[in-house]
Amino acid sequence: MIQEKMTVPAALLTLLMMIMGLAHFEIIDLYTQTIILFIGINIIISSSLNLVNGHMGEFSCGHAGFIAVGAYVSSILSVALFTQDRVFGAPLLPPAYAALAFPLIIFAGGLAAAFAGLLVALPSFKTRGDYLAIITIAANYIIITLIINIDKIGGARGFMGMKRVVMAMEEVAEIPWMILWVFLFTVLVVMAIRRFVSSTYGKGIIAIQQDEVAAEIMSVNTNKMKLIAFMLSSGLAGVAGGLYAHVVGYVNPKSFDILKSTEALVMVYLGGMGSITGSVLSAVFFTLLLEALRPLQIIKWIVIPLLLIILMQFRPEGIMGHRELGDIFPRLKKFYRFK
Amino acid sequence: MLQSIAQNLLNALQWGSFYSLIALGYTLVYGVLLLINFAHGDIVMVGAYIAFFVSSLLLGHYQMLPFNLPGGVALALAIPLTMILTAAVGVTLERIAYRPLRRKGAHRLYVVITALMCGLILENGNLALLGASRKKFPEMVDKVVYTFGAVSVTNLKIAVIFTAFLVFFLLQFIVTKTKIGMAMRAISYDKFAVPLMGIPIDNVIVFTFILGSSLAGLAGLLSALSYPILDPYMGLSIGWKAFIAAVVGGIGDIRGAFAGGFILGFLEIMVVAFFPSTYRDLFAFSILLFILTLRPTGLFGVAKTTKI
Repeated sequence: MIQEKMTVPAALLTLLMMIMGLAHFEIIDLYTQTIILFIGINIIISSSLNLVNGHMGEFSCGHAGFIAVGAYVSSILSVALFTQDRVFGAPLLPPAYAALAFPLIIFAGGLAAAFAGLLVALPSFKTRGDYLAIITIAANYIIITLIINIDKIGGARGFMGMKRVVMAMEEVAEIPWMILWVFLFTVLVVMAIRRFVSSTYGKGIIAIQQDEVAAEIMSVNTNKMKLIAFMLSSGLAGVAGGLYAHVVGYVNPKSFDILKSTEALVMVYLGGMGSITGSVLSAVFFTLLLEALRPLQIIKWIVIPLLLIILMQFRPEGIMGHRELGDIFPRLKKFYRFK
Repeated sequence: MLQSIAQNLLNALQWGSFYSLIALGYTLVYGVLLLINFAHGDIVMVGAYIAFFVSSLLLGHYQMLPFNLPGGVALALAIPLTMILTAAVGVTLERIAYRPLRRKGAHRLYVVITALMCGLILENGNLALLGASRKKFPEMVDKVVYTFGAVSVTNLKIAVIFTAFLVFFLLQFIVTKTKIGMAMRAISYDKFAVPLMGIPIDNVIVFTFILGSSLAGLAGLLSALSYPILDPYMGLSIGWKAFIAAVVGGIGDIRGAFAGGFILGFLEIMVVAFFPSTYRDLFAFSILLFILTLRPTGLFGVAKTTKI
């Protein structure tokens, strides 16, 4: 039994070692590496949005705003702490510490995004349904315009310098650091969401999705639940944003507008509401689809929506529906256990 | 100072008229189907392009008609033609994308995602078809400027504001006084009991889409007349903002959408009048957030009580 329980961690470790080995010995080129990184980031984005849209049943369509907060806060922190920069001056800490402090920086970005999530969470106590959808869109617009209007961090021009932090990490040890971090954070985030949903809190959140009034009567503290769910979801989005910023090396307020939120929404509903496996699968599928159709250029953005519309016609509940992988293949359940 | 405020008020009225016209389309579809038709902003864009081609054709720019119409007559013909053609686009979307999903009983959020995808197809299809170059809308009526003291009004501005009010009263009449309006309200009240009463639910929904999309076409035409540069992404931000306006008023309520459009228009113009224009979205949306916190179901919305 004990060996079977270790199957999943062992498989993940093997996968990580394989990808890192392939990347280290340059068997897969930088382009493929970037796609793998984006897959991880998109998994975080879609599963964190699914927490609110799927498990809690609220329609949040401003997820990119929180990604932006995480991206900006963590990249400003890492650039200010570890590199020589025009705006922030000399590094405050020796750049060699970058490899150690990187998870903390990403975590700080997530924390800031979680507090930005209050912008949505507090009005959600009284507001429901489509009115809440507007609040999330408005929050997205507010965050983007706020960033545009702060000239110190580049305003509409964007902010860069994160590549130097990644380079500083590589001076410490010559391994593909970003793959390591993205992989670790992706696994941790998916695990955290899985555990959160199956915890007592998660049950309360699913109760809100079923019927908020009934949940309230059954002594679920709906306000507290919503606060936790929104803050967790936006915080994890911030983690994704921090990773994204360090992978791309450049952030721009324009890249976190409603279109990015739409992409996140598509991934959630493609996978199926409230299904973590669905979010992961659809993030992988969607990222690969985006890359596969890149040669089509602008036609790509006609083909992909068309494919999704056709998919919706034949499978209107998404790839997985409400189910998890374990519900479809019950034998898999003995390989992992969360409680 | 007073004059500049009066001038800004007039500009805000015009700007709010666009938002109101688009928000009315949103609210009609939402009120009947409970579907947030995110493609609506792009239907406005399609409307503007249709207006461009129709009026270029009527003015004889393509040399396909045996006659060249003078500007005023062309405009008078272009308005109904644009509305009909845009309504056809809206009804096609309903027929191809939304109705099968409705038949299958899909969760409404999946229909919303389908609408988002339809919007993307419309704008990128336009971009692929016509290229990224912007189109200049032909000038059809001579601009007349009326000046009262230091406040100046163009005839176009008056026409836009007048049209918005006219459409509002017309819609209010259709929804509250006519038989089909009653059917629309009945569907929004209970979608499952209505077919039992012998109301052809699909026809009523198609009628709703015709109304909403023709309003979008009208809004597209008017905005192309007022701001004569067309580009494929013009529907994007105006669509989201009109949706926000509709919700602030209380979505599903015609008075609410109308008022919400004007409120958003006023907010944006006033912010631009006193601050750098990059602050527009920041202030406008913060105030909207505040309004929604005070009145969680919009200005005219009524909180639905849930029975257990």
